[in-house]
Amino acid sequence: MADDRILCLEKLRVETIAGRVLVDDVDVELKRGEILGLIGESGAGKSTIGLASMAYARAGMRITGGTITLAGTELRASTALYRRHTRGKSIAYIAQSAAASFNPGMTLMDQVCEAPVVHGVMGRAEAEVYAKKLFRTLQLPNPDTIGDRYPHQVSGGQLQRVMAAMAMSCRPDVIVLDEPTTALDVTTQIEVLALLRDLIAEFGTAGLYITHDLAVVAQIAHRIMVLRHGKTIECGDTVQILEHPRTDYCRALVNERRDAEHLTLSVPDRAAPPILRVRDVTAGYGTAAAARNAVAVVKNASFDLAKGETLAIVGESGSGKSTMARIVTGLLPRWSGDIELAGKSLPPALGRRPNDILRRLQMVHQMPDTALNPRQTLAQIIGRPVALFFGRGRAEVRARVLELLRLVGLPEEFADRKPGQLSGGQKQRVCIARALAAEPEVIICDEPTSALDPLVAEEVLKLLKGLQDRLGLAYVFITHDLGTVRRIAHRTAVMLKGEIIAQGPTEQIFSPPYHPYTEKLILSVPEMHTTWLDEILQKRGGAAGLVAGAAERPAEVTPAARAAAADAGAVAETERMAAREVLGEGRGAAGLEALQTEVRNLKGMMEI
Amino acid sequence: MILSRIGLGLLTLLVVSIVIFVLTQILPGDTATSVLGQNATPETLAAFRHELGLDRPAALRYLAWLGGVLHGDFGVALTNKQDIVEVLGPRFRNTLFLAGYAALMALPLAVGFGILAAIREGRLTDRLANIVALLAISMPEFFVGYLLILNLSVNHEWFPSLATVGTDTPFGERVWAVTLPAVTLTFLVTAHMLRMTRNSVLSTMSTAYVEMAFLKGLSRARVVTRHALPNAASPVISVIALNLAYLVVGVVVVENVFTYPGVGQYMIDAVSKRDVPVIEACGIVFAGVFITLNTFADVMAIVLNPRLRHPR
Repeated sequence: MADDRILCLEKLRVETIAGRVLVDDVDVELKRGEILGLIGESGAGKSTIGLASMAYARAGMRITGGTITLAGTELRASTALYRRHTRGKSIAYIAQSAAASFNPGMTLMDQVCEAPVVHGVMGRAEAEVYAKKLFRTLQLPNPDTIGDRYPHQVSGGQLQRVMAAMAMSCRPDVIVLDEPTTALDVTTQIEVLALLRDLIAEFGTAGLYITHDLAVVAQIAHRIMVLRHGKTIECGDTVQILEHPRTDYCRALVNERRDAEHLTLSVPDRAAPPILRVRDVTAGYGTAAAARNAVAVVKNASFDLAKGETLAIVGESGSGKSTMARIVTGLLPRWSGDIELAGKSLPPALGRRPNDILRRLQMVHQMPDTALNPRQTLAQIIGRPVALFFGRGRAEVRARVLELLRLVGLPEEFADRKPGQLSGGQKQRVCIARALAAEPEVIICDEPTSALDPLVAEEVLKLLKGLQDRLGLAYVFITHDLGTVRRIAHRTAVMLKGEIIAQGPTEQIFSPPYHPYTEKLILSVPEMHTTWLDEILQKRGGAAGLVAGAAERPAEVTPAARAAAADAGAVAETERMAAREVLGEGRGAAGLEALQTEVRNLKGMMEI
Repeated sequence: MILSRIGLGLLTLLVVSIVIFVLTQILPGDTATSVLGQNATPETLAAFRHELGLDRPAALRYLAWLGGVLHGDFGVALTNKQDIVEVLGPRFRNTLFLAGYAALMALPLAVGFGILAAIREGRLTDRLANIVALLAISMPEFFVGYLLILNLSVNHEWFPSLATVGTDTPFGERVWAVTLPAVTLTFLVTAHMLRMTRNSVLSTMSTAYVEMAFLKGLSRARVVTRHALPNAASPVISVIALNLAYLVVGVVVVENVFTYPGVGQYMIDAVSKRDVPVIEACGIVFAGVFITLNTFADVMAIVLNPRLRHPR
């Protein structure tokens, strides 16, 4: 029994330097070849435990108690040199963000081969041969030459697979997977998940799988441990946790996920004329004059939004859904087409829109952390639009601020706090209050819940829905999460490569006959039973078909074409490459980062 | 990309030349009044101006001058009729010699201690390096200069107090003579480069890929040299370029303290005499050094960026 355990953490305790307890007396046992899922919200201490199992603590943290036994040797009592030599060799790590976890200045092969060479497991030549074998196992394109590339030259999904190869390069006993698929699009996620699962099974590696997504962990873990505030809440067999959770907290987590699988809203009475009309809008980065060289990010998009209605815009990263938000708000002037608010055409650029239009069209951002000025009190943040748009006096503004705080479910005392003293969910409520302060008719919500933990996100969604019923607000709700769409959207528009390929009542979009791409999206969302991944793989004709047909192909692929691709592996390979070219897929970390930075900057500008 | 950067540098140089020319025109008084003095009659002034070509329109004079510069001819000094290139050449070499000498001391010192401070963040080495560097930059350069003269040449007579060198001074002697001003300059520029190196290395040390490198079980030395340093280089290089430029351009006071025959002294002389061609020549040379070094830093930043070196 004891020999069976490869990793054993007993009474593990991790604190910050200041003495705050992050992980409190947690016991973890991992048998050879077993996968344990660590589930919890942010701040539950799951990543800290993952790193602690490598006897590693991030800057500002310390492992202060307990034992860490890896393959029979207690690490805390060992020398620093011994600990260093277990890392990468006996226990390896796969991080969430592959883009950030690769050195931008080294080739992939150099980074994959580094650990085996440094640890003396293999010589460089042997390590390269082995790495290529791993690349092949992980179904990376051009396994023999992809190692010569730099991180920015491959896509996010590919980079995540290269990181898996890097982790396996020394054939470790244990592998720590820290949200390895969270940063990926849903369609890429299943592909990487399936490959990771097969890889781990093939090598008999034990794994700690850290995630916040119960449905994901259900596909891969034998057992699940639920954590909260650094303590173990519940630990048990995967099926038991999913089917018969013992604690209230687990039940809430499971139910939240189950809710996401059902449709809750139906289309309201659409007698009302649309408040927001978007007609044939095309825009991209660069000016219209330079449009010949620039690429349109959104092409010929049209939609209507009625008073009191929520329209969800869904799509994967790069589909142009956030750009759509920027076009409507005027942050990115449209090249052509028309946008009408209550029957009046809006000037394309933000700077040319009169105050009254700015007031009626508000926005809530994805990252509440960066959308609030950390040096202002909530009263200043929320009071600003009140003073700006309505020119009220001090006392009146104050009264309105308190009213708004109540409206979004925050206590009045919060008025004099600063954003740093609030949790993520509370910050997002402040953002909503700020939007409401302008008494808008339309609010553009750009992924307002995707940075929040599931239970907190659910509360924010409820708040948004409640406000809509009470104030008759119309939402354009941009998200990549179909569960959120099901819960909040009356109507849904699906975007792919800058075009709206399907739109209609949410009910209709989510029921057959589907548009092929919508179907792919729906099928890619993990469901809360352990056999989902196998079923979906089978449906798609094995992992090869999945990779070739589902994840990287444009929407026009029919099931027949998919089956054909699965049959002819070599053909699929070439097709996949071609598809990637077409999609411009894997625009890579560089472009994405630059884009995100730019978006943040622009958001920042709008805050001012 | 690199070519456009260089083109931009040249354009900047052109703009700088115009600005210098315009500024010298705005200065009160002209060469004629300052050479002939307050008592000169208007007639002599006019004659003198005509002789120097000062009565031509400013734009014409600028263009004529620019044409000369492009052929390597900076004209003659108005005051003593000496060919500017002949005077400026050896002086510029002297300035470059002093700057190069200082750079040879300051660069390894700054980068070395910067990296060391980053590795030993928060510990004694780090704090000491920072404090000493800050002290050095906080003291005015003439103060440092005189302090060095007092201690090392008056009290101990190890180094000469005056850095007077001629064109025929042998190399060894030249080095010896220039040591004190070079040390003074090192005091000035080290702190900035040291801090930038330290902070840049530290910020790459907190990236996810450096954490990943540690989790792969690499030694600290390997993580720093292979993963942190190459990615920390770009901002450091641009700061180094700025400081090297300062070594050439900002030596005026130090040259004065040590009566070193460099460009700075020549320029100050010219300014006091309103000798426009000399001022312009010195300005262009300084601007040229500045822009060349900065363009070099920009080009290096492009070359060092794998995203630009290996496009998709």
